[in-house]
Amino acid sequence: MIEKPSQINQPIIAVKNLEKTFYDGTQTTALCGVSFNIKEGEFVAIMGPSGSGKSTLLHILGFLDHATGGEYLFEGRSQSDLTDEELAHVRNKKMGFVFQNFNLLARTSVLENVKLPLLYSGIKEREWDGMAREVIKTVGLEHRMDHEPAQLSGGEKQRVAIARALINNPKVIFADEPTGNLDSKSGKAIMEVIQTLNEKMGHTIILITHETYTAEHAERILFVRDGKIESDRRVDNRLAANEFIK
Amino acid sequence: MSLSNKFMTLKYSLKTAFNGLRANKSRSALTILGIVIGITAIMMVMSLGQGAQDLILGQIQGIGAKTIGIAPGRQPKGMMDALATFTDSLKQKDLELLSSKANVPHAAKIMPVVFGSEKAVFENNATRPTIFGVNDMFSELYDVYPDQGRSMTEEEVRSYADVVVIGSKIKEDLFGNQEAVNQKIKIKNRNFRVIGVLEKKGAGSLVNFDNVAVIPYTTAQQYIFGIKYFNRLAVEADSEANVAKTVEDIKITLRNSHNIDDPEKDDFFVETQADAIKTVGTITSVLTLFLAAVAAISLIVGGVGIMNIMLVSVTERTREIGLRKALGATSKNIMLQFLLESVGLTATGGVIGISLGVGLSILVALVINKFAGLSWGYNFPVSAALLGLGVSGLIGLVFGIYPARQAAKKSPMEALRYE
Repeated sequence: MIEKPSQINQPIIAVKNLEKTFYDGTQTTALCGVSFNIKEGEFVAIMGPSGSGKSTLLHILGFLDHATGGEYLFEGRSQSDLTDEELAHVRNKKMGFVFQNFNLLARTSVLENVKLPLLYSGIKEREWDGMAREVIKTVGLEHRMDHEPAQLSGGEKQRVAIARALINNPKVIFADEPTGNLDSKSGKAIMEVIQTLNEKMGHTIILITHETYTAEHAERILFVRDGKIESDRRVDNRLAANEFIK
Repeated sequence: MSLSNKFMTLKYSLKTAFNGLRANKSRSALTILGIVIGITAIMMVMSLGQGAQDLILGQIQGIGAKTIGIAPGRQPKGMMDALATFTDSLKQKDLELLSSKANVPHAAKIMPVVFGSEKAVFENNATRPTIFGVNDMFSELYDVYPDQGRSMTEEEVRSYADVVVIGSKIKEDLFGNQEAVNQKIKIKNRNFRVIGVLEKKGAGSLVNFDNVAVIPYTTAQQYIFGIKYFNRLAVEADSEANVAKTVEDIKITLRNSHNIDDPEKDDFFVETQADAIKTVGTITSVLTLFLAAVAAISLIVGGVGIMNIMLVSVTERTREIGLRKALGATSKNIMLQFLLESVGLTATGGVIGISLGVGLSILVALVINKFAGLSWGYNFPVSAALLGLGVSGLIGLVFGIYPARQAAKKSPMEALRYE
């Protein structure tokens, strides 16, 4: 079992006065001056109504988009100092993504879907199969290895996506409404997996959701409204999807 | 990234590219049709062009490397020169001068040629052979011998004899299965005695020897064409080594005879077998190239089709591109994937086109041999196959770059959001 890293480390994510404005005909401000830190090993939920800017924030944190103002440090390095290739490398090695709509490749087996990030990792191909099988086992889908996404239930698809996010053993996992397309039972099971990743494997989790229930699986909730952090609070009575966590 | 990793990425990108193509089988097939047709056409043109060239060159080589041709007029350099070729500059005097060992010491054989088309009649049958007025060297110089009867003699040439050796088709037209030797036929209302029938040569010769009536040139000049000049003079050098020297001797002799100081003003031209091979080679190569260029236009059309479908594919797979980028693909990775896809498409088209082109060329060669009675050799144009493969790959690259760049340029976030 991996010990949870000490909380006195420097923050893995440090955001200061972050701004994001879209210019497509009209000018839309999505984020105006957002500041917070996230330490390694934290499980943070970013909550807010639709249009609040939470998805934009996640895209910037995940290096999928650039801020138009302020500063974002990931592991002490500023996003603006990294080239596109370096950003891709960080996404590949240190970040894992889980999306609301799964984003699995159709007509491609579970095993091949999970291997996808390895394609860009520089890891030797002969190791790929073993690595992929290992993480698929972690999410409990070893009996679905050769199935294609169309043959899987929603919950199973999301497990495949989680396995894919885990394959390069990233520091941070970004989950964008991971339960949004699932029924409550499957959603609960997925939250159980995500909590386990945080508690037992030490991954930093950043979860986007608009549901209070889902957010309360986290240790800390950032509430975003109109492009600003409205509140930043610790969760007193954490919901435990899993009896290990009390 | 290490080299082996780069190779691995390439290998995996290839796999990914082919999965992408397989997912849209019928679309991929239709897309490459233009490339297939273009490459097939180029392969056929090149292969058939090579076959035609070999056939003609084979005929020229049959004439013999020692044979030198002299024609009146100028070496044709353009359309007007070619028309101006039909002049009357070669006369009996020239023949006599060239026959003199003092002027052209290495000329072993020399034969004047006059020719034209005339009606020939036997009883109720008529046909129109090419009349060849030559001397007794005819068979040796052109490598065509009578298989019935005999050739004309020197004496018959000297004495303006009315004798004729006919080609196999003329024999058939006039006599059918009857014996032809010693029969009399009428050419331009003059009676000629058939002394021989030439062996069958097939239609592939430069001169169709099956359709000739060979008579003494003296008779031909005097009684058939009513001319005092020759259409050609054929000279055979005593050895291949003396061909060049003999050509020079002939030129000097004829210039003296015609009072020409400036070689530019020659009213005759001398051609060796090597020259003829070169000329024919040039003509057929240019023709082949021209036809191949026309066929190549279809490749450009095919390339535009590829570009179009690749753009559609890029748009359709926007989300996939976003996902790959989110998972760590660089713009280069994405670009490579789509480039490999378009090159894979066109190269597949190229391979199919080459196979089809080879198949159809073999078929055409078989048909020509069967129905035209030619010995048309089939050629697998290796250069054309390599060219076809190279060109099709290049088209994939050229017409794939724009769509691949469009794909690589997509921002991961926008691509992921794409509906």
